[in-house]
Amino acid sequence: MSRYIVIRILQAFLALIGITVLVFILVRASGDPTHLIITPTSTPEEIANLKKQLGLDKSYPEQFVVFVSGLVRGEFGDSIIKRKPAAEMIKEALPNTIKLGLPAFFIAMALALGLGVLAAARRDSIYDAGVKLIAVLGQALPGFWVAIMAMLLFSVRLRLLPVAGAGTLKHYVLPVGTMVFFLLPGMMRLVRSSMLDVLDAEYIRLARIKGLSEAKIIWKHALRNALIGPLTTAGMIFASLITGAVITEIIFNWPGMGRLLVEAVTARDFPVVQAITMLVAAMDLGMNIVVDIAYAFVDPQIRHQKS
Amino acid sequence: MMRVQITKRTANVRPRKKSRPRHIHVLKNLTFYLPLLVLTLLVFTAVFADVLAPHDPVAVSMQERLLPPAFMEGGTKKYLLGTDQLGRDILSRMIYGSRISLSVSLAVIAITASVGTVMGIVAGYLGGATEALLMRITDISMAFPPMLLALLLAVVFGPGFWTVVLALSILGWAPYARLIRGETLKLRYTDFVAQARINGASSLRIMVKHIFPNIVNSLIVVITMAVGMLILAEAALSFLGVGVPPPAPSWGYMVNEGRSVIDRAWWISAFPGIVIGLVVLSGNFLGDWLRDKLDPRLRQL
Amino acid sequence: MMQNRAKTVLEVEGLRTSFFTRKGEVKAVDGISFYVREGETLGLVGESGCGKTVTGLSLLRLLPEPAGRILDGKILLDGIDLLALSKKEMRAVRGKVISMILQDPMTSLNPVYTVGEQIAEPVRQQQGLRGEKAREAVIAALRLLHIPSPEVRLRDYPFQLSGGMRQRVVGAIAMSCNPRLLIADEPTTALDATIQAQYLALFKEVQRKTNVAIIFITHDFGVVARMCHRVAVMYAGKIVETAPTEVIFRQPWHPYTAALINSVPRLDRKVERLYSIKGQPPSLINLPPGCRFCPRCPKAREICREREPEARQVGSEHFVFCWQVS
Repeated sequence: MSRYIVIRILQAFLALIGITVLVFILVRASGDPTHLIITPTSTPEEIANLKKQLGLDKSYPEQFVVFVSGLVRGEFGDSIIKRKPAAEMIKEALPNTIKLGLPAFFIAMALALGLGVLAAARRDSIYDAGVKLIAVLGQALPGFWVAIMAMLLFSVRLRLLPVAGAGTLKHYVLPVGTMVFFLLPGMMRLVRSSMLDVLDAEYIRLARIKGLSEAKIIWKHALRNALIGPLTTAGMIFASLITGAVITEIIFNWPGMGRLLVEAVTARDFPVVQAITMLVAAMDLGMNIVVDIAYAFVDPQIRHQKS
Repeated sequence: MMRVQITKRTANVRPRKKSRPRHIHVLKNLTFYLPLLVLTLLVFTAVFADVLAPHDPVAVSMQERLLPPAFMEGGTKKYLLGTDQLGRDILSRMIYGSRISLSVSLAVIAITASVGTVMGIVAGYLGGATEALLMRITDISMAFPPMLLALLLAVVFGPGFWTVVLALSILGWAPYARLIRGETLKLRYTDFVAQARINGASSLRIMVKHIFPNIVNSLIVVITMAVGMLILAEAALSFLGVGVPPPAPSWGYMVNEGRSVIDRAWWISAFPGIVIGLVVLSGNFLGDWLRDKLDPRLRQL
Repeated sequence: MMQNRAKTVLEVEGLRTSFFTRKGEVKAVDGISFYVREGETLGLVGESGCGKTVTGLSLLRLLPEPAGRILDGKILLDGIDLLALSKKEMRAVRGKVISMILQDPMTSLNPVYTVGEQIAEPVRQQQGLRGEKAREAVIAALRLLHIPSPEVRLRDYPFQLSGGMRQRVVGAIAMSCNPRLLIADEPTTALDATIQAQYLALFKEVQRKTNVAIIFITHDFGVVARMCHRVAVMYAGKIVETAPTEVIFRQPWHPYTAALINSVPRLDRKVERLYSIKGQPPSLINLPPGCRFCPRCPKAREICREREPEARQVGSEHFVFCWQVS
């Protein structure tokens, strides 16, 4: 078990190195950022100074060494556009994304679990039909469109909620709702089908033979087995909350990581893009390890694996 | 969001013995014919866009900007679904937009399905170090956040048709590879493959003549199920401004354009979104139907 | 005989169970009657699909819903009609008064809970035992099934046990509340031959100790010979013959029973060739009028095709449903 986790961490570390190299190359390939800063009146000396200041006068291998040693110290360099440390910009934006992503994640997962289980337990009932409808619509309608339509209805027409921005509790309703709409359907469908498979199992029949209550059968015997599949997906969803928030943050003008990323990408603001990419990748890999450990808790067979 | 999630569980999947009420049976057929009709219409519209569209999709007419649809007060028959901020006809733009959605999806499917199939069959059939290497690459591809990569690529190569195709393809092959490898592994130990080996067939011949024909059904199902997802992904990229660049009328971009005038002209955003939803819905239903017919084992998809 | 004085535990009268499918009503069990006494094992024998398992599930009222339904009949357990009980009352019967062993030990235990927990569940639920008392009951159940070092084994997960050991655990779950009736649905079919013999011997011993009534569902007359006091042979949802085991082996009346017995290879008898029954059992949706076996019966007559045979007593506790007898 501990060996298994050590191997997973080692693998994650290797993947992180791979992503570091990839990001470095991709970002350099995206063009020279000095073009975005210089004005027509800039003299060649000024441009050279700027390049030196940004460390762009060095060779690529040298730049890579600087990049990596910075990473190790937790420094990502300064934003080319805003002229302040990328780490600082992330520090400002990240809490906003967390405030948006965490509630959305937990609401979506709780709903997915409750509705998925309900639909499976009452198969072919009106609940099941409702859940299927939500799933079908949720997977077909573009989330950004639903968000805009919700904005039109609740903010513009009914004037119940603010159009955009962050601040009061009311500001959270639409963005969080949009993200829940993104996250819920796939997860709910997965929980439902996973649950249906498990409910067909012989050990469920044996649990009924024992005289256990339907609630115990579903929540104790079926759910724990049915969660093994969806757990991976939940981990993946959690790890991708930052990129998953991009569209929501753009629509609702939410000052979080997603918006920062799109702004940085369109402005070719290397250090910021690098910093965000590394953070997203690290979160992804970290989450994978968390999921592996969670697996071991749910599935005793993994816990007892010696090799 | 842009990745086809294939979570095929290892638990033994047994056919359900329960009977289904009759109305579900009728619905099942409807969920085949209606989606088929919608998708046929989509292809027809895309092919004959220049004949069908009543107006030039990029013709600006500032006097006729923000006109509501014909059925609303102030709308005219000239612009059935109204006009946008630049006075361009929404209907015509949507008709031309079908070309972008369809061509991007088809190009991505062609690339991802063929790359994924080759990787999957080779990994599954050859096994050993080849398999280990290919599957590691697949794992990494599936772990990479697709949105992030798409944004990066859009900047590296500049927005454009092939950038979008590349952004959606570069990770999109991985789920195919994983699925096809699984199918190949099952076939690898069947008697007819063993027989072909005994008869001295080369690895290449076995993969092409014996393995591939047996995975075609699974492949068709997964491809159909990917259509909806790709159309959504293309729309999302366009929405973020990294899709096929304007003035080309992409559906996702149209939704975004309407955002700033949503309080005055809801139709600019609303109609393209409805069409996206309808097409994706059709693709998903058709995929489900085909899966039930061709390969019920993929129910988890 | 000794068993004749023993109290009757279960009496089933005219049980009819159907499945309602898109293709029509499947009459899985069509009016069967039988009884089991304390300390007695009744073998329920027949080909797959003849309604044996459905009979077992009907007794527990655990048919797959909503398709399966009990239409008619009485299931009297110690004189109480189970079909008249509320859902809640029925739940209290399961595991405690009637329990069941399923066929495949590899799939009938929940993979994520320990063996001890899975045995403890019915103990807690049905007997209200907690803590140390529950643990003692679990260990007692494991001991009853001869599971070595039960204090250690109860912390094991199913995947850590062999198939035979798992089936003993399933047996321990079934016996944990000391039930009056045990339904064993082909419990040894999935086991190796040697393990199978051990398991059968084990159950004879369990029965001697607990005086439990057992309904042993099987397709194998070899198992019947070793395990059962009496036999009921089922064909296409009906019982065609029922008799004490040694009687039925000596003198089977129904042609179907005879064919089944003759299809068992035996060393103590010279058989020219093993008998096999031509044809297939009828579809349970469109049943022919008359005797259900007559399309395959070598001795079928005109009347067999027209009217269903009625029960005839041909000996002590020996009943046959066949026109040949009258």
